[in-house]
Amino acid sequence: MADQAAFADQAMEFMPQLYSAALRMTRNASDAEDLVQETYLKAYRGFGGFQEGTNLKAWLYRILTNTFINSYRSKKRRPDETELDEVEDLYLYRRLGGLEAVQVGRSAEDELMDWFTDAEVKDAVEHLPENFRLAVLLADVEGFSYKEIAEILDIPIGTVMSRLHRGRKALQKELYEYASQRGLTDRPSGPDGAGATEPVDRQPAHTGTTAHDD
Amino acid sequence: MAEHHDTESHDSAHQHDHAHGKVDCEAALAEIYTYLDGELTEEKRVLIAGHLEGCNPCIEAFDFEAELRMVVSTRCHNDEVPESLRIRIAQKLTLMAQGEAPDGGDEGARAAGA
Repeated sequence: MADQAAFADQAMEFMPQLYSAALRMTRNASDAEDLVQETYLKAYRGFGGFQEGTNLKAWLYRILTNTFINSYRSKKRRPDETELDEVEDLYLYRRLGGLEAVQVGRSAEDELMDWFTDAEVKDAVEHLPENFRLAVLLADVEGFSYKEIAEILDIPIGTVMSRLHRGRKALQKELYEYASQRGLTDRPSGPDGAGATEPVDRQPAHTGTTAHDD
Repeated sequence: MAEHHDTESHDSAHQHDHAHGKVDCEAALAEIYTYLDGELTEEKRVLIAGHLEGCNPCIEAFDFEAELRMVVSTRCHNDEVPESLRIRIAQKLTLMAQGEAPDGGDEGARAAGA
């Protein structure tokens, strides 16, 4: 049994993560604030039932996610399953991987960071149909295990895996659109991204502070 | 994958050999996400890691995916919590701790809507 008095001490530190996740879920700052507030109030009331020593973060995300699903998810039912563009595995890598400027002495990670702005990555995540978005958020942004995600979403692990698989591919497709729009890609459909032999006139997104990104 | 005949070790990585075998590129790439998710059995993880040691093309692909994920995670984690929200939640929790129920104290899963 957890002591309610200890709740604030333990739970408040998760607010930035929960707020970011709430923004990706609701895609709306005002709803995200309401969702986070409601999550904290529910968590406080239910804290007596939280098993001390188990994963508080996962417990909070379960409340956040359930509250979102029950109260905030888009009213209009969308046929999530049929909406996803199917693309092949390693979609982005096969198109952009060969463009890494490793030879210029930059790490691939710096390069990738430069390719997409905050706003683009957030948009790409937020464009995913809801079921896929939740799975990708919980796994790739929050780092939960398949088992934890299965418990948070109350779905079988096999379903977690298939939603992740399809959601990640769709996310890559979405990111690729941004990359193409900015002219980061020279050949839209090369089966092997390494085919880029000459330097392309690329214009990396501005990075650094996020002042202009949002 | 095109032909990679650069090294002996890479060459052999393309073949299923020995009893419980090495994995080839196709098999390694098929597990790329489960590997990065840390969800493989230890036995499988060791096999994939072994393949990666000798296969630069696969290392590049794995690195790319790992880095992409880090970019997505980082870029999705930098929203600033409004100070007003922090204060509001702290105040409501204090009120609740004092035994008052600021929004009806309904334990149910229903959202207050407003």
